[in-house]
Amino acid sequence: MKNEQLLKALKERILVLDGAMGTMIQQHQLSEEDFRGERFKNHPQPLKGNNDILSLTKPEIIKEIHRQYFNAGADIVETNTFSGTSVAQADYGLQDIVYDLNYQSAKIAKEAAEEFTKLQPDKPRFVAGSIGPTNKTASMSPDVNNPGFRAISFDELATAYKEQLLGLIDGGADILLVETVFDTLNAKAALFAINEVFEEKNIQLPIMVSGTITDNSGRTLSGQTTEAFLISLSHMPLLSIGLNCALGAKQMLPYLQILNEKAPFYVSAHPNAGLPNQFGEYDETPELMQQQIKEYLDLNLINIIGGCCGTTPEHIKAIAQAAKNYSPRPLPENFLA
Amino acid sequence: MQLAGLEPLVITPDTNFINIGERTNVAGSRKFLRLIKEGKFDEALEIARNQVEAGAQIIDVNMDDGLIDGVEAMTKFLHLIMSEPEIARVPVMIDSSKWEIIEAGLKCVQGKCVVNSISLKGGEEEFIWQAKRIKQYGAAVVVMAFDEKGQADTLERRIEICKRSYDILVQKVKFPPQDIIFDPNIFPVATGMEEHRRNAIDFFLATKWIKENLPGAKVSGGVSNVSFSFRGNNTVREAMHAAFLYHAINHGMDMGIVNPEMLEVYDEIDKELLEKVEDVLLDRREDATERLLDFAQTVQGKTKKNTKDLSWRENSLQERITHALVKGIDEFIEEDMQEALSQFPEPLQIIEGPLMTGMNVVGDLFGSGKMFLPQVVKSARVMKKAVAFLLPYIEEANKGKEPVKKGKILLATVKGDVHDIGKNIVAVVLGCNNYEVIDLGVMVPAEKILEVAQKEQVDIIGLSGLITPSLDEMVHVAKEMERNDFTIPLLIGGATTSKVHTAVKIDENYKKGQAVHVLDASRTVPVVGELLSGNNLGFIQDVKKDYERIRELHKNRRKEKELLPFEEAKKNKFQIDWENSNIEKPDFLGVKTLNDISITEIIPFIDWTPFFKAWELHGKFPNILDDEKVGEEATKLYHDARILLQRIERERTLKIKAVFGIWQANSIGEDIEIYNSEGETLETFYFLRQQTKKAPGVPNISLADFVVPKEKGIKDYFGAFAVTAGIGIERYLEEFKKENDDFRSILIKALADRLAEATAEWLHFKIRTNYWGYSKNEKFDNDKLIKEKYRGIRPAPGYPACPDHTLKIPLFKQLQVTENIGVELTESLAMYPTAAVSGFYFANPNSKYFGLGKINKDQVEDYASRKNISVQEAEKWLQPNLNY
Repeated sequence: MKNEQLLKALKERILVLDGAMGTMIQQHQLSEEDFRGERFKNHPQPLKGNNDILSLTKPEIIKEIHRQYFNAGADIVETNTFSGTSVAQADYGLQDIVYDLNYQSAKIAKEAAEEFTKLQPDKPRFVAGSIGPTNKTASMSPDVNNPGFRAISFDELATAYKEQLLGLIDGGADILLVETVFDTLNAKAALFAINEVFEEKNIQLPIMVSGTITDNSGRTLSGQTTEAFLISLSHMPLLSIGLNCALGAKQMLPYLQILNEKAPFYVSAHPNAGLPNQFGEYDETPELMQQQIKEYLDLNLINIIGGCCGTTPEHIKAIAQAAKNYSPRPLPENFLA
Repeated sequence: MQLAGLEPLVITPDTNFINIGERTNVAGSRKFLRLIKEGKFDEALEIARNQVEAGAQIIDVNMDDGLIDGVEAMTKFLHLIMSEPEIARVPVMIDSSKWEIIEAGLKCVQGKCVVNSISLKGGEEEFIWQAKRIKQYGAAVVVMAFDEKGQADTLERRIEICKRSYDILVQKVKFPPQDIIFDPNIFPVATGMEEHRRNAIDFFLATKWIKENLPGAKVSGGVSNVSFSFRGNNTVREAMHAAFLYHAINHGMDMGIVNPEMLEVYDEIDKELLEKVEDVLLDRREDATERLLDFAQTVQGKTKKNTKDLSWRENSLQERITHALVKGIDEFIEEDMQEALSQFPEPLQIIEGPLMTGMNVVGDLFGSGKMFLPQVVKSARVMKKAVAFLLPYIEEANKGKEPVKKGKILLATVKGDVHDIGKNIVAVVLGCNNYEVIDLGVMVPAEKILEVAQKEQVDIIGLSGLITPSLDEMVHVAKEMERNDFTIPLLIGGATTSKVHTAVKIDENYKKGQAVHVLDASRTVPVVGELLSGNNLGFIQDVKKDYERIRELHKNRRKEKELLPFEEAKKNKFQIDWENSNIEKPDFLGVKTLNDISITEIIPFIDWTPFFKAWELHGKFPNILDDEKVGEEATKLYHDARILLQRIERERTLKIKAVFGIWQANSIGEDIEIYNSEGETLETFYFLRQQTKKAPGVPNISLADFVVPKEKGIKDYFGAFAVTAGIGIERYLEEFKKENDDFRSILIKALADRLAEATAEWLHFKIRTNYWGYSKNEKFDNDKLIKEKYRGIRPAPGYPACPDHTLKIPLFKQLQVTENIGVELTESLAMYPTAAVSGFYFANPNSKYFGLGKINKDQVEDYASRKNISVQEAEKWLQPNLNY
């Protein structure tokens, strides 16, 4: 039902994804105590900065951020689960809460989405379960003197992803979004896990994949070109493939053009608000970002558009306004989903 | 099929043979096995690197050895490869007979790799399970022709197992068919065993069957197996590998494991040896094996390594240079360049002359599948060495000359492509001609090209590329230039580029400036000179006109998808201002038969170029006779054809006949009616209209548009014809058959075909100048005729403008073709004798050839109801044109 609505909407218009979660959380200037809440009051390690656990300890803040993005015109919001794997949570000693964390995050986002869908039934809202890259890479060695070493294996990644997936799906995610892919092998492990969960649960959810081109070499961190990245992940019937993070909208354009030409799926983009300034902040204004996104739209490259680091509801509002006036990139003839 | 390492490898029907490196295979390389056993992974990695540098497009990694922990070795080696971008750029083939090693490998590779291999050997259940896992890991798969009963060793078994495997994979596993590669088993030949005689030919035929019957599937194999009986005799083995590959590729083999060191160039194989090798491979004679074995004795020991054959050093300078390039021998190239310096006044001429000539031979051999990438890479190395040797001399020669540069030119090999020989030559040639060259090197993305072009204010951008995907990248650069308001000329060059592609795909996307295709390095200077001369408008106009013509021709072949509703296509018909048109009344009206036309009159109308093409000799007549490569063969063939023609001329047994009709006619909507002298309708000819979406101002043409619509009240005319040059051919065929002379049997058929075409051309000429007489003063000039530079057209049923063969039925009826000239229509409406041509005449000066292209059901329904046949019947005849 949700899936059909999603496919129908994608045929009719460009869908808008939300913006940054971290940027919005920062505005609340939360303390260590806020992060811990009642539940992790006595946890032995510091938890400030572990944004994902706010779904458990400050659910109202997270839900309000989702609402702000829906208000700005987003069709899809991402769950607050970018680091929601046991691999990433191990940094905080919280690998045991992963299912719960993902379940609650999906549930909060789903409740916000349903509020808006009810208000505006002709514009159904969706929840994408955010599946981040983890902080380890399966294709590269962290030790320059030992290039054959790997800090994590494919199997460990697949197991961790599976756990995250079960929480997201049970919590009500409509879409699975494997994002910020800097190592294609990590993403392959995620897709491998998705496939297993689908078979075990006998379900099918739409899958979005979004890679990260790290710089103007046009390659991922693990060295693949955009087209090689696309080919290496085309074995699953994806809903969309796209790019996010690392680059601003302007720098991302040439690589989106490659996806536009070659991808047998819908194409998505959620760039950063420009490149970081000397303070490491993203300061591209909504107006400027809108201008640059219009360039994508003029070229008819896009089906799903949103923002990554540094973007706010104002950015998303500007992007949504621009997207409204354009028709989506036509469905490729060899569409696989 | 799409594979990827760090970079993509996209395999399309146009891709050349894909070479899989086998040195990182413990079963294939003793050295590699030793290094792995001793744990010397760094040195083992060098082997991988060398083979990628030598041109391997996929690397096969195999760790199957009793003394090696396969899972650990595979994992460790792949991890190391992934840390070496120069190796990791190509896809990996994970090669093992043990599933656990395969799966360990799959967990290490980020790109899309290939698993080698799985099969039905262990039963269906295991096969399905493994295939599912491979699909889940996102890899392609090699399937061996092996089942529960054993390995396929006959054609039938190969087909049976491949089909069964394919059906299971596609239907039960939902494995993407384009990710399936079959290995239909290359087994040794000439073993002396009767059952091995068909090993090679069965592989070829199985390959062909797979490619024709299992959509999407590819074929691979390990080539060196075939010559197993000749171990120790490298001359024979290398010849066998080259000949095997040549035939296998012609039958559709896509990729394989080939040792480039053990491969002769097909065209360089000693003719006697080649014949004997092919006798064995193709199982052409009972005693083929004995004959090859005997012959092998005579070349035994003449292996490359032991006694180097240096007889080629006795040849002329050009021949030596060409030989060195084709064979990739760099040993003598400097010596030869030194000699060349004494022969050519300008060192640059050596590059433009003998070196380019040699590289063109390499290009031709590569293009025709007779040389492979690793060999070409070697050729390039020799070329680079030669150019490097000449550079100081070229610089010296330019010293003290006018330092003012004539213009600034940016050169780049486009993103995704690393081939730079041609571009480097162009850079040298331009530099020597006093242009400032900014060479951005290889793999240059569009943004970089545009950025530098803007910053440096260059006058021209030149793009180069050798592989097929580079064509798309060039289109992308053109689009980006257009989008960024560039106006400077864009030069396109490189082996896969073509004028057609440039005209249709690149020029169309770069309207603000002009794209120009440059055929080879030697033409760059004149083209650049024209473009940068003060007044280049004339040159650009010529290019524009030329490209417009090419696009028009190309349109007929292009696969269109977006069609107009038939009603709209009709509204967009070809407009002719009939009121102000001059319509000549034909001097002759009615039907006329011309029996026994003199062959002497016809011969000058022969277009010989297609005759040579029929023999797979490509080139334009008469230049083909002097062609360096096929000239000798072509001259011989032409000589034989002329002798046979003389005999036909003398004996007059082969009859040339024609019948034509010219009638008063008008178009009624989509159709053309013809009338007798009383004005009664004799016949209606039904035509079809283009339905593809056209650019604004371009009409949707139907042949009916070239005849005055009835409602205009103006009398118009229309003709039809049929000719044959095949009556009496049986006598010759019988005679040649009796003499077992296949050559002349084919020769006379090919000649009769050309004569029939020539007769059609001759008759059209007579119609224009005499019977219809609308161009009475036209001069006969065969070249112009071939180029169709005259007024009026003669489209034939079954050809692009009117593809429906059923148009022949009313045509034959009105002209009484069978009664008048003895040509009959078969059930499927082919003409017999086959040396026959029929068609229609349109005299209007606006009439032109076009291709109908794809049409939709709305038109087919309308057409069927006009013709009073069922839609089904219409669809049957229009099948290739249906867009649904």
